[in-house]
Amino acid sequence: MEETLTRETQTPARARPRGSRDPIGWARANLFNGWFNSLLTILILALLVWIVPPFIRWAISDAVFGAATPDECKAASGACWAVVTEKYRLILFGRYPFEEQWRPLFGIVALVGMALLSCDRRFWGWQLLVIWALGLGIFFVLMGGGVLGLSPVRTNLWGGLPLTLMLAFIGIAAAFPIAILLALGRRSKLPIISALSVGYIELIRGVPLITLLFMGSFMLPLFMPTGVDIDAILRAQVAIIMFAAAYLAEVIRGGLQALPKGQHEAAAALGLGYWQTQGLIILPQALKITIPPIVNTFIGLFKDTSLVAIVSLTDLVLATRQALGDPEWRQFFIEAYLFIMVIYWVFCFFMSKYSQHLERSLATDRRS
Amino acid sequence: MAHATANAEAGRSDEIMVDLQRVNKWYGDFHVLKDVSLTVRRGERIVVCGPSGSGKSTLIRCINRLEEHQQGRILVENIELTNDVKNIEMIRREVGMVFQSFNLFPHLTVLENCTLAPLWVRKMPQREAAAVAMKFLERVRIPEQAEKYPGQLSGGQQQRVAIARSLCMMPQVMLFDEPTSALDPEMIKEVLDVMVELAHEGMTMICVTHEMGFAKSVADNVVFMDQGEIVEMAPPAEFFTNPRSDRTKAFLSQILAH
Amino acid sequence: MAREGLGQSAATASSGVVWWRNPTIRGVIAQVVVVVLLVAVVWYLVHNTITNLNERSIRTGFSFLDQEAGFAIGEALIAFAPTDTYGRALLVGLLNTLRVSLIGIVLATLLGVVIGIARLSSNWLVAKLASVYVEVTRNIPLLLQLFFWYTIVTQLLPAVREALEPVPGVVLSKSGLQFPIVVGDPTHLPVLGVLALSIVAAFVYRRHAYRRQRETGQEPRLLWPMLAIICLPALAVFLVTGAPLELDVPEFTRFNYRGGASVTPEFLALLLGLSIYTAGFIAEIVRSGILAVPWGQTEAAAALGFRRGLQLRLIVLPQALRIIVPPTTSNYLNLTKNSSLAVAIGYPDLVSVGNTTLNQTGQAIECISIMMAIYLTISLLISAFMNWYNRRIALVER
Repeated sequence: MEETLTRETQTPARARPRGSRDPIGWARANLFNGWFNSLLTILILALLVWIVPPFIRWAISDAVFGAATPDECKAASGACWAVVTEKYRLILFGRYPFEEQWRPLFGIVALVGMALLSCDRRFWGWQLLVIWALGLGIFFVLMGGGVLGLSPVRTNLWGGLPLTLMLAFIGIAAAFPIAILLALGRRSKLPIISALSVGYIELIRGVPLITLLFMGSFMLPLFMPTGVDIDAILRAQVAIIMFAAAYLAEVIRGGLQALPKGQHEAAAALGLGYWQTQGLIILPQALKITIPPIVNTFIGLFKDTSLVAIVSLTDLVLATRQALGDPEWRQFFIEAYLFIMVIYWVFCFFMSKYSQHLERSLATDRRS
Repeated sequence: MAHATANAEAGRSDEIMVDLQRVNKWYGDFHVLKDVSLTVRRGERIVVCGPSGSGKSTLIRCINRLEEHQQGRILVENIELTNDVKNIEMIRREVGMVFQSFNLFPHLTVLENCTLAPLWVRKMPQREAAAVAMKFLERVRIPEQAEKYPGQLSGGQQQRVAIARSLCMMPQVMLFDEPTSALDPEMIKEVLDVMVELAHEGMTMICVTHEMGFAKSVADNVVFMDQGEIVEMAPPAEFFTNPRSDRTKAFLSQILAH
Repeated sequence: MAREGLGQSAATASSGVVWWRNPTIRGVIAQVVVVVLLVAVVWYLVHNTITNLNERSIRTGFSFLDQEAGFAIGEALIAFAPTDTYGRALLVGLLNTLRVSLIGIVLATLLGVVIGIARLSSNWLVAKLASVYVEVTRNIPLLLQLFFWYTIVTQLLPAVREALEPVPGVVLSKSGLQFPIVVGDPTHLPVLGVLALSIVAAFVYRRHAYRRQRETGQEPRLLWPMLAIICLPALAVFLVTGAPLELDVPEFTRFNYRGGASVTPEFLALLLGLSIYTAGFIAEIVRSGILAVPWGQTEAAAALGFRRGLQLRLIVLPQALRIIVPPTTSNYLNLTKNSSLAVAIGYPDLVSVGNTTLNQTGQAIECISIMMAIYLTISLLISAFMNWYNRRIALVER
């Protein structure tokens, strides 16, 4: 055998050039590849050196933490986190009776717990209905009282984070069935039903939420029979539900369209009627693939609930502005705003990460 | 067989078209090409085969610098591939490539796909470029599809357009990166026919493919790669009947089993 | 047996079937039921509304549009006095909405494209910084960002007396931004005329360059020749007419800066908030649009010998734009709708003015309908454009 031509044994690996593992090689590949990138890197580093240390000094080293008077804060050169210590009850719970504020706190826990449980795919099914019914039920019992020995608290005292969460969660939950009907209606072959659905969806999506909130607060009372007075929170909630339903309907329609036509045909071949086909075959699949965009819609809705501040509901934003109405503390608005920005950000950021994670895992599900 | 060999001899010369000298490449810690050396002369037809992950695609992608090698030298028509963009563009103009997934430009018609590079890279007038394109579209037997968009064609038709698109640049060397792997069985033949014809016309070709029938009938040399190195290189008659290495034997028995 | 049964039912589908099992008739019945229900609900609501309006003696109809508004508007693109009508006030509001939206769209697009491309940068630091921007701006409510910027502008910026002047002539203070503008001069008219003609000429040149390419193969050189064609003649006319360039620079008088052009703190905060917020969304669209063009397209273009610039211009961008334009347009629409948050910081946009009108006249239904109708019109116009564009660029598939 002429072993010279063939190579049965592997060549010993030769010295590998500088790769991406060691820091210098990494920096060369990712920060200083080419003159333009080197220039950018240096500019950005300079910018960071200029901004970050002063910011850290302001936010941490020179800041006033814990309880302090406004005068102590003014004396310090850094941030006045004392404004948060002083006002956090007002910011988080609004004007809810002070002694009873453990109730909105546990209300928040109930809603967040309900959301966390909903993230678990094992509960996707009838369990979800139970979880949401329980979560919202506990929330309303805690907030409203009047049963189980809890003193009743009128809704005009509800505010802060629980109000924000409630508007968002009820908004999405109540909009969901309406949205399914609208989505099915828009795809329906019946001309009047599809025209009505299209009309509703496009009308709502074409106008700003604030005009719907105005409609809720000014026009809804006119629609009611004389003598019937509807609660301010309920008015805003109705507007939010109407708004969410239109956007959600479009998301669900996207999911319905993504299903192969064969599914309809297979269902018809099995002899299923319209509602059986939709309920047993089409919707379960369509809703599953639309959960990531539904979560994204929910993030948008969660942010949009802040608009109720404009129609004078004491949500997280308006509660903060009321807290800043105190002339003693008004000048520390940056600290107060940063505090609630962090709250909103944490909720939205983790929901969007969850939605991205879900999208990837659903995509692999479908491939395998 | 004899016919093919005779034809192959006709286009051959001793001029070296592609020369790889001890080429090495790593992806991170993974050594994809280990001291690969290969010389391809004008008119020569090389078929590269080997199990997946053996580095055969990487090898031909290094020839037109879609992948960068880290050690060793690669010369195409005596121009060395370096970081010099001018050299790279010069070489790419002379080297045509056909991809596994066609990579036609979906926003352009078939004809525009074929004329775009001659127009912008070869600086050819439109009329001339269109004439050349029609000539090659006829050669691959789809002139009637010239005004359609790639999305309207079948896989086999798309791949033939991709071949025509490369030919429009009048390349000296054609690289084929598994051109039939993404095709339905009934379409493989129409693409292979075009490739066989091209080979008979004397085109210098380096083909990564699992089509052993094609290798037997057209190739001057078959290269077997495994784990980043060239294990064996021989004319097809010898390669298929009398492989020397055990790794080649194992591979052949697998691929010829069905 | 089964087959026979099926055949039978198919044959009798149109004739002998019990009527309530016929899908067509079922469809008609379903629609009639929906319409009847809807009419009943609407009738009930209208009835209640009329009763309520009568009881509270609120007037109806749009005649209030011709009445004197009686309130002043802080900034207006057309002349407005409190003695003008509500109708004109709403027009002022609409113009303000369009003004902040259009400028906001331009800024958001510029910023969004830069950040979207930065996220794809091979420079780790640039990419990380861009993604931090996107994650922060997208995950905080716009209203909160608006309040934040507005409070910064009105509280943190110095008073007029100690105004910041980052660039000479550009004055930033609690009362907004003031900047120099060119004083109009009769000779500017011919300069502008020449400029307009030159722009037309530049595009004629471009067409010519492309035609020459088709005829001779010569690659069109566009950037520098076109810039020269546009700039040089206008510059020449400008110099020949004696280069009269007088700037109206804001100058400090006894109490405040006078001269130049100015924008209010409300406008500044709204513009800043809208642009920064929307740019985060546009950046994501740009990034995913570019990523959506398969890498194989770039490789194929490279393998054909296109240089980097041409690969982008001829192959990648035309495909990426198809993906980018539709969602970007709907973000423009969102920005326009979001400009209604102006009402929260007191910029007199359509909703602000409408809200004031509503509070003064009490005619909620009419005021809200006007606002909704105007926004709906804008939305429909933009989506009509979007549909037209989508049809024009849709890839032809089998």
